[in-house]
Amino acid sequence: MSLHDKAEKNVIWLVALTLVTVSIGGIVELVPLHTIDSTIEPVDGVRPYSPLELYGRDIYIREGCYNCHSQMIRPFRDEVERYGPYSLAAESMYDHPFQWGSKRTGPDLARVGGRYSNDWHALHMIDPRSVVPASIMPPYGFMAEREIEAEGFRAHLETLEFIGVPYSEEMLAAAEADLIAQATPDADTRDLLERYPRAVVGDLDGNPDAVTELDAIIAYLQILGRMVDFADYSTEDLIQ
Amino acid sequence: MPTKVEKDALTGTETTGHEWDGIKELNNPLPRWWLYIFYATIIFSVIWMLLYPSVPWLNGYFGGLLGYQQREVIEDQIGNARQAQAQFLDAIAESDLTALSEDPDLFQFALTGGEAAYNNNCAPCHGLGGAGQANYPVLADDVWLWGGSMEDIHHTLDVGVRWEENQDTRFSLMPAYGTLGIFDRDQIRDVANYVLTLSGQAAPDPEAAERGAALYAEQCALCHMDDGSGDRLQGSPALNDQLWLYGGELEEIMAQISAPRHGVMPAWGGRLDPATLNMLTLYVHSLGGGE
Repeated sequence: MSLHDKAEKNVIWLVALTLVTVSIGGIVELVPLHTIDSTIEPVDGVRPYSPLELYGRDIYIREGCYNCHSQMIRPFRDEVERYGPYSLAAESMYDHPFQWGSKRTGPDLARVGGRYSNDWHALHMIDPRSVVPASIMPPYGFMAEREIEAEGFRAHLETLEFIGVPYSEEMLAAAEADLIAQATPDADTRDLLERYPRAVVGDLDGNPDAVTELDAIIAYLQILGRMVDFADYSTEDLIQ
Repeated sequence: MPTKVEKDALTGTETTGHEWDGIKELNNPLPRWWLYIFYATIIFSVIWMLLYPSVPWLNGYFGGLLGYQQREVIEDQIGNARQAQAQFLDAIAESDLTALSEDPDLFQFALTGGEAAYNNNCAPCHGLGGAGQANYPVLADDVWLWGGSMEDIHHTLDVGVRWEENQDTRFSLMPAYGTLGIFDRDQIRDVANYVLTLSGQAAPDPEAAERGAALYAEQCALCHMDDGSGDRLQGSPALNDQLWLYGGELEEIMAQISAPRHGVMPAWGGRLDPATLNMLTLYVHSLGGGE
């Protein structure tokens, strides 16, 4: 009886050898990621999402935006020429889950932040074809009607903190206040901006009276790709 | 399952020894050509693993004998492409914008490059070919909020409009006459009626327009000028040209007086390189309204 026969005909051997085979693949993929720190480039500026940005990110995932939009500029010349510097691992180190991909029914959004005005995003969400005539994106105007629910949002941050996103005690304490303040016109956002540099603040969706899901998604889109200042780094710095 | 390998009478090939309801399976060898290609792919994969980054270690990874780095490759590719265009791009980046049009080759290159950058970055708001769209200014006509000379266009591109991250950004702000309670509803209607007459249109309510004239002179003329010609230095739009960014109906003008909307344009300096900014300037200038 050959070895092959033995493995196929003895159920104990079959299970044991299957486990060995599968775990080799798993070990090769997983172990190094837990032990090497060189996967993530040493760049400054990447911070946890502000509560409103996080809220917007949840909406982004809820609405399945990732089905058409990736957030990963690959290191190819055509992509860098169109979208900007290629994405770094460091830029999505606080993303749970990350939004990488190559399915681009719509454009990549990894560097969409700061590319358009808040007004444009509001118009585009409510009626995409009003600003991009050839767009096939569905309208998301209902977001402008839905007010966000601040109560209990601290728990979202705590959960992320539990799995390693460095939210400080101060950030957690101010979570629900920050969530509202970021999209409230004339709110005192000095502390918020200290905690979350480069966050966009103010009335984002053109409706100063309420903080809506549209505010949240705009806050999220406007921070994408803007945390790292690429002028500070050369290719050598980014090679691991 | 009983196993009994036997020779098939017809073909002389051995069976696998299994039998299912009287059906036996021939144990034919794999075709040679298939088998050799299979072995070749295994050898290929080993060579590939040796040459290119492949196996992760506990604290790093095997980088491969060729020392391949994708991020170096792309830097080279972009560098080479820049190098190939350098004779144009360097000249465009350094050249005086108005002098660019004197060199036909350079001019053509800049227009093409400017169009590509425009379609990627500007068209979502200003429309293809500078056609504009609701709430966003047309760039193909003679009406400019901040000036239509090469220099003005370049500056607007560089610093943006009401783009708070840029300290030099172009900035103008009209008070919200309704929201702040400076005008009451009737006064807003009066002024809006008068504003319509500035562009040579008949006011829906001529008496209101007469009343509005005094209010206009007192509150609006400082920025929009007595004749409604506007002032580019302040970024105040002309009101006498029948072109309206936020609509030219009486109600729309009233809304704009009561709680004005203000457009925002990102600052492209820093985001785009100097040569691209110059090419964009040239392209926008060439769309029809350049001064």
